[in-house]
Amino acid sequence: MSCIEQMKYEILLERISFKESRDYIEKNSDEVYYVPPGYKIFKDYYIIGIPPIAVGAKGNALIFPYTKPCHGSFVLSIENEDSIKEINRLREMGKEKTTTPLKKDKPLESSRASLTSYQDMWKKDI
Amino acid sequence: MTGAKVLLMMGCPEVPIQTSIALYLSHKLTKLGFDVTVAGTSAATKLLKVSDSDGYYAKKLVDLDKTLEDIIEKRTDFDMCFAFMHNDSGMTYAATVSAISQAEMYSIVFGRNAEALAETIEFDCEKIVAQDVHNPSRLKNKLDKVMEEMVK
Repeated sequence: MSCIEQMKYEILLERISFKESRDYIEKNSDEVYYVPPGYKIFKDYYIIGIPPIAVGAKGNALIFPYTKPCHGSFVLSIENEDSIKEINRLREMGKEKTTTPLKKDKPLESSRASLTSYQDMWKKDI
Repeated sequence: MTGAKVLLMMGCPEVPIQTSIALYLSHKLTKLGFDVTVAGTSAATKLLKVSDSDGYYAKKLVDLDKTLEDIIEKRTDFDMCFAFMHNDSGMTYAATVSAISQAEMYSIVFGRNAEALAETIEFDCEKIVAQDVHNPSRLKNKLDKVMEEMVK
């Protein structure tokens, strides 16, 4: 059991496909960052997912996908001191790499272009 | 390929043929000289433990999430991975392993929606697809052919 299940979280969507979780995060976050599968958050949760994995920030809440083998994918939101740290870490990474946040008022085309460049970056890193 | 490390990755055990195929594949690959590890959810591994209580067919049985963590942290890796999937979550787990591991991927896609699920796979892999739920024969026959190719 990861630490996520022992934290106070809000379920924003449940029992959906992974792609639906990505779409929701992209459309309902103030900032969106893309991380590789296995990206670690909250000390011991390694994100399971199909790249590119969208992780969002909405205020101080971190919005992320959570996949369970028997129950599908969920979109969870956690807002606490640790979520602020995680969002700041994503912002720092965004400065260094191509994980530039996508503001939700950006047109869809620019969002798609960023996803492609992220995939290229991700393949090189691995 | 003798001694090559093979991971059998079981997902949700809701569809019956997963357990029998996992035991079959583990045993056949072990007999062919592969170093086989079977990873699964808590329920999937319990089904295997009861079916194979002396660990005759599945010699190394491990927790799925812990195995992924070990691959991510570079404590272990595999040469080949057979990923069982009958739902989107299984495919998502397999996509994750494809991204974090050097393993050559084989996707075992089964269940009522096998064909549609197989079409959603975007990572490089060999797909072994059978639209079966209870009868493992067709999937077994397809896997026999894959194993024949592996040892050529």
